[in-house]
Amino acid sequence: MGMTEAVLLTVIAAAVPLLLAALGEVVVERAGVLNLGIEGMMAVGASCGFAAATLSGSTTVGIVAAVAAGVALSAVFALLTLGFAANQVASGLALTIMGLGLSGLIGAGFVGRTREAVGRLDVPGLTDLPAVGPLLFGHDPFVYGAAALTLGIAYFLKRSHPGLVLRSIGENHVSAHALGLPVLRVRVLAVLFGGACAGLAGAYLSLVYTPFWSPGMTAGRGWIALALVVFASWRPLRAAAGALVFGGATVLQLHAQAASLGLPSQALSALPYLATVVALVVMSIGRGRTSAVPGSLGVPFVPDR
Amino acid sequence: MRLELVPRTDVPGYARTLAPLGAIVAAILIGGLVVALLGRSPAAALDVYFVQPLSESWGLQELAVKMLPLVLIAVGLSFCFRANLWNIGAEGQFVAGAVAGAMVPLATHGMEAGPWVVVVALVLGTLGGALYALIPAFLRVTLGVSEILTSLMLVYVAQLGLDWLVRGPWRDPKGFNFPQTVVFEPGAQLPMLMEAGRLHAGAGLAVIAVLATWFIFSRTLFGFGIRVSGEAPKAARFAGFDANRLVLIAFAVSGGLAGLAGIVEVTGQIGQLKPSISPGYGFTAIIVAFLGRLHPVGILFGAFVISLTVIGGENAQILLKLPLDLTTVFQGVLLMCVLAADALVSNRVRIVRTARA
Repeated sequence: MGMTEAVLLTVIAAAVPLLLAALGEVVVERAGVLNLGIEGMMAVGASCGFAAATLSGSTTVGIVAAVAAGVALSAVFALLTLGFAANQVASGLALTIMGLGLSGLIGAGFVGRTREAVGRLDVPGLTDLPAVGPLLFGHDPFVYGAAALTLGIAYFLKRSHPGLVLRSIGENHVSAHALGLPVLRVRVLAVLFGGACAGLAGAYLSLVYTPFWSPGMTAGRGWIALALVVFASWRPLRAAAGALVFGGATVLQLHAQAASLGLPSQALSALPYLATVVALVVMSIGRGRTSAVPGSLGVPFVPDR
Repeated sequence: MRLELVPRTDVPGYARTLAPLGAIVAAILIGGLVVALLGRSPAAALDVYFVQPLSESWGLQELAVKMLPLVLIAVGLSFCFRANLWNIGAEGQFVAGAVAGAMVPLATHGMEAGPWVVVVALVLGTLGGALYALIPAFLRVTLGVSEILTSLMLVYVAQLGLDWLVRGPWRDPKGFNFPQTVVFEPGAQLPMLMEAGRLHAGAGLAVIAVLATWFIFSRTLFGFGIRVSGEAPKAARFAGFDANRLVLIAFAVSGGLAGLAGIVEVTGQIGQLKPSISPGYGFTAIIVAFLGRLHPVGILFGAFVISLTVIGGENAQILLKLPLDLTTVFQGVLLMCVLAADALVSNRVRIVRTARA
C-alpha cells in the first residue's frame, strides 16, 4: 500500500464520525429543528459505547448501547423543544453541557483501558488489488455503513413520500399543519434519528478511531458536524464530500505537525476550526442571500386546535 | 398520546420570577438521584454542595470571587440573548480580553510602573474581547453567516493562541520551562478589598456592570431596541431600529464584558497568564444568564447559585470522592429545568390520549 492510499484511508477515517453526526443533523434540520446538542450526544455515545463493549466484550453491544444513549439524550431534547416548545438553541446547549458531564461520569472507570479496534474488512482477492483494492475494500464496517446511510438519506429526502412530508414540515410548519401533516410527531422522530446518528458517531470514535476512551475525546467534532450541515447546504451527498474536506483538514494538521514545518503546533491544531469558519463564510458568499436554510429552522411550533 | 400546550392568559409577574426557584428544586432532586446512582448519600452531597460553602466566611469570599467573572460575562450575554443573538463564544472573548490586557503588564515588567498599568490593562482587555466578538457579528451582518458556529469555533482558536503565547514568545524565561508568563508587578494587579482575603477591586466593576445594564434595559431607547428586536423583529424594523447596528453593538458589549472578566481574572486573581485561565466561565455564564432570566439582578442570583455548585463540587470531590463531572451534569440539568419551568409557567400542559387526528 503506497503513501497516497495510506493518507486517503486516514482522511476517510477522520471523516466518518463527522459524516455520521452530520447526516443525522441534516434530517433533524430538514424537519425544522436545530439541535445543538450533537457534541454532548456524541460524547455520551463514545463513553457508553466503550463501557458496554468493554464490559460485554462485544463490539455490537457497544454500538447498540451508544445508539441507545444518543436516542435517550435526544428524547430529552425532544421533550423540551417539541413537548414544551422551549428555545432550541438554549436546550441544545444544555444538552451538550449535560452530555459532556455524563460522558465523564460514565467513562471515569474506563480511563486507560484499551481494547482491540474494530478491524478492517479483508476481502480475499479484492483487498489485494493494486491501488483501488485497499481504497474500496479495505475499510472498517462503519465506513460502508456511513456510505450506505448517505445514499439512503439522500434517497429518503429527495425521492420518498415521507421525505417530502418531512421537508415540507421543515420548510413551513404552519402550512404543513394546515394540510393535516403531523408536524410534532415527524419532528420527534427526526430528532430521535439525529440522536441515534450522533451516538453512532461517538461509538466510532471510541471503538474504531481510537480504541480507548478519554475525557473530552470528541474535541469539538459535534460542532464541526453542525458546521458541515450548513456547508453541505443541508444535502446528504454534499455532506459526504464536505466530511472528506474537514477530515482532510484534520489529517493535514497531524501530518504537518509530524513534518515540523516551523509553524507552531497550536496554529496547526487551530486549522480545523479556522477551516470551519472559512467554509461557513465561503458558503455564504457562494449562495448570496437566497439560502438553502429550511424555512422553519429553529422556530418553535405550537399547533392551534 | 401527546402533549398539548395551552397558553395561560394571565401569568402573574411573580410566577415568572419564581420559576427558576422551582427549576433549582427540580434539578436538585434529579442531581440527588444521580448521586444515589453513584452509590453516595444524596443528603451528604446536598450538605457539601449547598450548605457548607455558606457556613464559613472564607467560603463566602470564595463564592464572591467565583461569582465575579460569571456576573460580568452573563450580564454581557444578556444583551445578545435578549436580542435573540446567540453568542456562545464568550469563553473565547474572555481569553482574548485576558491576552489583550496582559500586553501592558508584560511590556512594563521590571519598570516598576504605577497603578495606571492595571487601568490601561482593563481598558485594553475590554477592547480585545469586544473586537474578538465583533468577528462573528461582522460576518453575520455582512454575509449572513450564523453567529452560533463562528463564535464557538473562535473559542478553540483563542485557547490555542493563548497556549502558543505562554509556551512560546511570552513564556517566563526564569520559569523553569513552565508554560506561564512572569508574575505581574504589584502595580499591574488589582488591589484587594480586604486585608486578609481574596476578594479584589474587580467586584466593584461587576456591581457597576449590573447597575448599568439594569439602567440600559429599563430606561434607555437602546435597551428598548435590543428587547424589541429580540421579541418582535418586524416591529423593531418598522420602528426604525437599525438591526445591523444593534447586532454589532450587542456583540461588542457582550464581548467587551467577557474580555473585561478575562483581564480582571488575570490581574486580580491569577497574577499571570497560563494555558488554563478559565474553568469554562464563558460556557457556565450561559447557564447563569438563563437562570437569571436575562435580568441583571436575576443574573446576580444565578451566579450565586452556580458558584455555590462549583465550590460545592470541588469540596464534594475531596470529601465524598464525587467526580467533578457531576457538577457539569447538574449545571446542564439545571439549564434544562429552567427552560422547562419557563414553558410550564406560560403554558398549561395537557396530556391528550388520542389516536391520530
